[in-house]
Amino acid sequence: MAEIGHDAPLLEHRSLWMDVWLAFRNHTGALVGVGVFAFIVLAVFLGPLLHTVDPHYLDIGARNAGASWEHPLGTDNLGRDMLAQVLAGGRISLAVGFTAMVLALVLGTAIGVLAGYFKRVDGLLMRTTDLFLALPLLPLLLVIIMLFRDTLRTAFGPETGIFLLIVFVIGITSWMQTARIVRGEVLAIKEREFVTAARSVGTRERRIVVRHVLPNVLSPIMVSATLGIANAIITESALSFLGLGFPPDFPTWGRLLFDGANFISITPERVIWPGLAISLTVLSVNYIGDGLRDALDPRLRGT
Amino acid sequence: MSAESTTGTASPASVGSTTVPAADLPEPLVAVEGLTKHFPIRHGVFRRQVGSVRAVDGLDFHIGERETLGLVGESGCGKSTAGRVILRLYDATGGRVSFRGEDIGGLRGEPLRLLRRRMQMVFQDPQDSLNPRMTVGGIVGEPLLEHGIAKGRALAERVEALLESVGLNPRFTNRYPHEFSGGQRQRIGIARALALDPEFIVCDEPIAALDVSIQAQVVNLLQDLQERLGLTYLFISHDLGMVHHIADRVAVMYLGKIVELASSDALYEAPLHPYTRALLSAAPVHDPETESRRQRIILAGDVPSPADPPSGCRFRTRCPMATAECSAVEPEWRELHPGHHVACHHANEDAAVSG
Repeated sequence: MAEIGHDAPLLEHRSLWMDVWLAFRNHTGALVGVGVFAFIVLAVFLGPLLHTVDPHYLDIGARNAGASWEHPLGTDNLGRDMLAQVLAGGRISLAVGFTAMVLALVLGTAIGVLAGYFKRVDGLLMRTTDLFLALPLLPLLLVIIMLFRDTLRTAFGPETGIFLLIVFVIGITSWMQTARIVRGEVLAIKEREFVTAARSVGTRERRIVVRHVLPNVLSPIMVSATLGIANAIITESALSFLGLGFPPDFPTWGRLLFDGANFISITPERVIWPGLAISLTVLSVNYIGDGLRDALDPRLRGT
Repeated sequence: MSAESTTGTASPASVGSTTVPAADLPEPLVAVEGLTKHFPIRHGVFRRQVGSVRAVDGLDFHIGERETLGLVGESGCGKSTAGRVILRLYDATGGRVSFRGEDIGGLRGEPLRLLRRRMQMVFQDPQDSLNPRMTVGGIVGEPLLEHGIAKGRALAERVEALLESVGLNPRFTNRYPHEFSGGQRQRIGIARALALDPEFIVCDEPIAALDVSIQAQVVNLLQDLQERLGLTYLFISHDLGMVHHIADRVAVMYLGKIVELASSDALYEAPLHPYTRALLSAAPVHDPETESRRQRIILAGDVPSPADPPSGCRFRTRCPMATAECSAVEPEWRELHPGHHVACHHANEDAAVSG
């Protein structure tokens, strides 16, 4: 939307975020993504107010039931309402996905930028990254959870404790790709002349990193972020499946999916609905990230 | 710049370098003595240093106040590295750079940052030297902000004034670099260099990436600014014609060393070093008749690797006048005419005439 400036007087202040929003608005995929994602978030948080069935209630008379007015998505083999379970599970899955993604992203970006920009710490940080990549993740997760589950449960209560543990465990084991990608980009960016120019005008190193390097590595960070959410939701599912995630009576999308997998021939809806929820979330977040990345790049804005 | 001021600043300064400094001679703004910059070459598992690229290998010159020193030479001869070492964007391997008599080689941290206010750089590639994610106002205002000189409304006003002084519309502050043409971008780069009100600017091939029609505009702008603000330039270029136009004195570099240094007119009229002569003969002449009659000196071979420069005179491998002496003894830096220095065994008074 930069072209607007040609005949309009330029003196008026064009704020960066206004420009970004104008560009974002033109990205159809991103807008659809925002719509779908907003729908999922609203449904998950406000849905239980409309659909007031307790996800833990066992309706013994209606086991493995199909869709009905009473149970719009049917019930499972114990007669629990699927819609209520998907809604309740979504809250946990979204929260885990987001928090773990943010943690992994912050960690990965910080390590990548430090390793790429400051040569002294590059070797140490990148070897640490390699070390983490080389660790067999699942056994490691098992050990960590075994060791800390009970301590955290007593300290924060069963739900918060396990939530913190899972977010931490996923975050700490999925920052490596981001760190590697960011480091590579930073290595390229810091050789660009505008970084030399910033140094030549006396910009402090810290500001060079924040003002010149970080904004220019935004694209790979955005991509990592959207992939990170998907990854976190799926890792949480795997943990639940191994019985190390949330307690078995505590629905999450991953747990519902794996529980339903055993009954796929009897009630395929039990796999379809949580699977669809995961896919739609990941897809919409991907599109949002795509649109944001384009909108944040001034060269692509306005085309 | 007028002809008087050209000769006026050039001659006393150049005399001062060899004779005993007279009391009335002004101290040079920038003095470079024996400056070297070697980049290490590392190999193997343990990153052992196995050699070095001698990008800059012993430079001696000085730049007087309000003077323009041209630095010419072919690609890869170390011109740009020299400019960056002088500005402390690279650390020198050896030698000394002094700015107003003060050795700046050892400055670190805050004193170095403060020095940056006094010496600035205009970069070669105006596309690459501007952060694509910052607005013009942000780019030009960054030095002012970083040094705490202005902020808020005052900053905006300073930026607008700077843009105006380089011939850009001050209303462009909210635009991004990609919205400008090459010449306009170079003006933004110049505005950034001027923001801190420096005394000395290294122009690192500022016109090499520009269209010919735009080159003249940018050079004229640089000259106007020099006149108005009393700037001193080190003008690095491979465009001999442009250097003749803008520089008071010219230094010719070959493989990390200066081979000839003279006032601009003397160098172009009577070059002493065979390399300078070859360089000048390669530049086309505007007059077609002279162009058709003149003889070109065509150098054989390539520039030797700066990682393994030839013994003795570095130019001997391509020099039409090379003798045994040239490979044995490194030529001395001599002043053949007042203010006209050359490093060549065979350069003498009549060589200049015959060349």
